[in-house]
Amino acid sequence: MAIAFKQETFRDDFSYRNSAENIRRFPFPFDRDEYMYAVNMEPHVKGQKGTAFENLIDIDEHYVAEMRDRALVLKEDPLRYQALPHMMAAQWDTLELLMEEQAVGFPEHFTLARNGDQWRWINRPLGIDDTFTFGDRSTLPCEPLEYITRQAQGDFCIVDQRDGNLWMDAGMVTTQADWSLDFDIGMNFMEWHGPVPLAHQMGVFDRALKFLLNLQQGKPTRRFNWTMTINPRLDTSPENYHKWGPDRATVTTGNVGDKVHLRVEVQSLWRLPRSNAILFVIRCYLMNMNELVTVPKWARRFPRVLRTLPPELIDYKGLTRYRQTTIDWLSKFDDGEPTSPGTFPD
Amino acid sequence: MSGGTEIPVRVTKVTPVAHRIKRFRFERLDGRPMPYFSGGAHVIVSMNDNGHLRRNAYSLMSPPYDCSAYEISVLHVDDSRGGSSFMHEKVREGDEMRVSHPVNLFQPDWRGRKHLLIAGGIGITPFIAMMEQFSREGAQFELHYAIRSRDRGAYCEDLVAHYGRHRVKIYCDAEDNRIPVARLLDSQPLGTHLYVCGPAGLIDGVLKSGLESGWPEQNLHSERFLSSQPGKPFSIELTRSGKTVHVGHHESMLEAIESAGVDAPFLCRGGACGQCETRVALCDGKLLHNDVYLTDEEKASGRKVMLCVSRFEGKALHLDL
Repeated sequence: MAIAFKQETFRDDFSYRNSAENIRRFPFPFDRDEYMYAVNMEPHVKGQKGTAFENLIDIDEHYVAEMRDRALVLKEDPLRYQALPHMMAAQWDTLELLMEEQAVGFPEHFTLARNGDQWRWINRPLGIDDTFTFGDRSTLPCEPLEYITRQAQGDFCIVDQRDGNLWMDAGMVTTQADWSLDFDIGMNFMEWHGPVPLAHQMGVFDRALKFLLNLQQGKPTRRFNWTMTINPRLDTSPENYHKWGPDRATVTTGNVGDKVHLRVEVQSLWRLPRSNAILFVIRCYLMNMNELVTVPKWARRFPRVLRTLPPELIDYKGLTRYRQTTIDWLSKFDDGEPTSPGTFPD
Repeated sequence: MSGGTEIPVRVTKVTPVAHRIKRFRFERLDGRPMPYFSGGAHVIVSMNDNGHLRRNAYSLMSPPYDCSAYEISVLHVDDSRGGSSFMHEKVREGDEMRVSHPVNLFQPDWRGRKHLLIAGGIGITPFIAMMEQFSREGAQFELHYAIRSRDRGAYCEDLVAHYGRHRVKIYCDAEDNRIPVARLLDSQPLGTHLYVCGPAGLIDGVLKSGLESGWPEQNLHSERFLSSQPGKPFSIELTRSGKTVHVGHHESMLEAIESAGVDAPFLCRGGACGQCETRVALCDGKLLHNDVYLTDEEKASGRKVMLCVSRFEGKALHLDL
């Protein structure tokens, strides 16, 4: 079924909203009423129809607007896209993966025709119809990773594997929760996770690294991450902190429903075939509290989760200033009834 | 299955290559393309030897961008535990088998300004795929390939013809030609990465020379063909599944555990990847660690063991499985 793509903004007048249908496919990450910290990796396999897991690379009604926002971010700050020279094979791997998955998952919107190295890529929502030689950089208007990630929702990092570690050596990062590719490029797995509280002491990163070093081709894996964002702003980067940081002081009882957003990242990790690198897809979903409470199960559960967050995480996620206001507002929608297991709406 | 998804294939060609070396070509039963892979990758080939499951790792040697088939070369080893004998004596064209998705534990460092490849004997196979990839991507490389005798050296002439004498040098033991390792390592341009694959003696010697001549450890890469060593039979208790498993003379713990119907994790089956690391619940005796994954400290602690290559001597061994 064709998606009706919305015209909307993630800045200035913030016209981003979810349709009723899109709310129900939101990847709500909490499967119980209290907060649990865990590595929480699971196989990235196709899930139920009508959810964000119906396809392994997800496109939704925000696709066109998100791609326009990405173009605006890149225009202001080209360093949001970077790739070290040794990552070219991994760039082509990524282009292939995203084109294949988008064409298979959304054939009415994307078509990929391969004839040996001669490929034709049609992206109808963005009005693109290009023919190029796979493996030949000069036949595309820009590097292959930049080319395809200007046409794919979510942030993308490619990590190189060597010396028993993973290295952040390429990426397109414009929809991030307060981290910077320009700052992290060239760092290894332990370095770029340095700021995360609690998890190091629990040995989470040692286990996660060990697991990822053996990530297998054909067996992608995924995990959730979440935070909260004031206003539906995709680009909450350290570079633009001056633009979004002050928003956090604007939350009042009167505007929680519109302003406060649950921000969920579905992170999928893929072993790439030709380069043996790993592609990290960080697909960001935003939903405001008015939208969230339209699903009674989530309206009950989310304030309960927020109440049980450890203080270190409240700080780390930047929720300190508006968590209580949000809990108070949400509590009106929590009648104390038990919630059903799992994350999906009843 | 813990080792990853398997691909059902047909053996479409078996080619004798050199003394005791045969090449096998696998094509998918479902007619779909094989996954692309990176040079240096291996697959696990599953063999049904009269109802007995054997699984061996073999480096892929076909071009990584050719997804019409996978090819491996198998040396019939003298002290075969059964795998290479099965491949040589039982496998015929037209047979159906299963191979795993590719796994690469010997990946080239793509930053290398030059790739120096050193092969001994059947250790040539991962380099054949690597050179295809280097040459397609325009990377600089050089192969130094030691063989025992001309009739045992697989692919010598093909490789020289394909890449030229300036890039492929053959050293024949029977003709008193040896790789001048020290001289070679002293004369490489900055940013060169070295890769060595072959018998343990060759690997140890090359790595030692590298370190002695001041190479950074990160620029020295090796892949060993470790396999489970035969040894005295012993028994293990699996604490979680409540089973007692007998490990035979030629069997590995992993194989015995799989035969007992317990799904244990694995990936390389050669003591390198760490996937089959298992917690030791009780050890009254001596663990014979044959892997290259655990640190010396971890080996001495006796708390972990790699099921694929290690053994045990003593009274009782309980594993958390």
